[in-house]
This record gives sequence, structure tokens and C-alpha cells, in this order.
Amino acid sequence: MLLIHCPYCEEARPEIEFRHAGEAHIARPADIASLTDEEFSRFFFYRDNPKGITFERWRHLHGCARFFNAARDTVTDKFLVTYPAGEAKPDLVEAANENAKGAT
Amino acid sequence: MAEAMTIERRHPLAGHVFAGTGVALTPAHAAFRTSLRCPSASVPGLSDALGVALPRTPKTSVTEKGRSALWLGPDEWLLIDEKTDPMADLGGIDALHAAVDISHRNTAILVSGPGAADVINAGCPQDLSMEAFGTGACSRTIFGKAEIVLWRVKPSVFRIEVWRSFSDYVFGYLAEAARDGG
Ligand SMILES: [Zn+2]
Repeated sequence: MLLIHCPYCEEARPEIEFRHAGEAHIARPADIASLTDEEFSRFFFYRDNPKGITFERWRHLHGCARFFNAARDTVTDKFLVTYPAGEAKPDLVEAANENAKGAT
Repeated sequence: MAEAMTIERRHPLAGHVFAGTGVALTPAHAAFRTSLRCPSASVPGLSDALGVALPRTPKTSVTEKGRSALWLGPDEWLLIDEKTDPMADLGGIDALHAAVDISHRNTAILVSGPGAADVINAGCPQDLSMEAFGTGACSRTIFGKAEIVLWRVKPSVFRIEVWRSFSDYVFGYLAEAARDGG
């Protein structure tokens, strides 16, 4: 079973308590009415879908019910770090070091 | 003349009872329940009004004079009180909050005995060891296909709060697990 660390519950919890909620850090345009169709489709429909590190929104649906963000490796399925919604993208090198410290 | 009608409120788990080896399942008494949401700044004022200090630590509960506040999220609590209605104490409060009476949305099952944690773990993925989930610990989580709030009220007694329409399913699942494990 995959365990996901919830930044609000402050502990790792079973995957089935969570729901994936799409790509993170997508800024809503300030003036959405002025976008061209092309620009709007870029914002609304297109997602990165990288092979490797991706930033995602997750929701601890059957727990604290809050949304948060996560950096996950799509190749290994490993969560590198999770952090509260609204925070900037974290420094992944630092996060990796923190993880390594936590593991020892 | 038509006969006067009487309407009786029926407990959703009326007649349900189970006693097996190492575990017993008992429908809990009716209780007042409030779903409470508020920002951090409102916590002191609401705690005063309710007579119970709303816990700020994840997965913890506080009980004062028969009234319990269970941490569900950073701005969300479940209040349970068998005697007096928490809603009555929130009426005149200025502090920003949202309180919803869910007394009859939920019902509860008490799972007791030395095998209680094992039986719950048949449908719930959380670590229920005393280290991870000690007395007083509480959490919204999942049991089989139903969302529940699990609360360890004593070392070998858990209270499962569940929406009433799921309560028959959860009770049946628990009884099945208790038979298999016993
Ligand atoms: Zn959480």
C-alpha cells in the first residue's frame, strides 16, 4: 500500500484516503475574457504530463478533506514532497536531502 | 373520528447486536452532533462558548463534561454530546464560524473488546496500534466503501461515527469480520 504524507494531518496515511486532483500551480488568467481561443485552450485543456517529476494537487478526501500539493515522480510513483496549497513550488534538491535524513 | 397518529423516531440500527469472541458491537445512544468549521482566530471564542477547548493537534480529541470535540481538519471539528445540544451554545457567538446540526445524519457503533482494533482493520487501512492511534485519537477515514469517523474512546473501545444510510453496511461488515477473526 502506498503511503502519502498529508501536510495538514502531519503524518503518512494510506493512499485510499486520497484523491488525485490534477496538475498543480496552474494560475487562472487575471482577465479571462480577453484571452484568444488559442490562449484559453492552452490554459484550460493542456497539461504537461511529463515523464519524471510532476507537480500535482491532491485531496485528503477521507481524512482532513483539505487540498494540498505534491511533487511526484511518474516513473517510480514516489512522492518526493507534499506541501500546503498556496505555497510556491519547493526546492526538490532540499526536499530530497530532507527525505534522506528522515530515512536514516 | 380518526385515531391520533404517533410517530416514533426509529434508531437506524434498532435491533442490531453482535457479541463474538473478543469483540462486541453495540449501537451507540442517540447524541447531539455538530459539524463545526472556523478559522484559527475564532477558536478561543468558540472554545469558551462550548466549554470544551477545540483541539488544534491533528488526530486528537478533547472531552469536557460529556461534550467532545474531535479534530477532523485544520479548521473542522465534530462535536458530540449525548445530553445538551452544542448548537444552543453557539447561537449568540460573534466569532466567525459555520455550525451545522448533523445529529441525525450520523449514527454510531461501539466496537469493544481485545479484538476491536483487528476487526476494524478488516475494513480500515489506518495503523491502529496504541503508538499510532492511542486513547482519545480520532480521524476521519474509510471503512470498506463507507467514510467514517473513528475515535478510540478507551484502549479497547472504538466509536465509529457513520452516515445513517451506511450504518447497516458497516455493522454487517464488522460482524462478518468478527466472525472470520474469531
Ligand atoms: Zn490530511
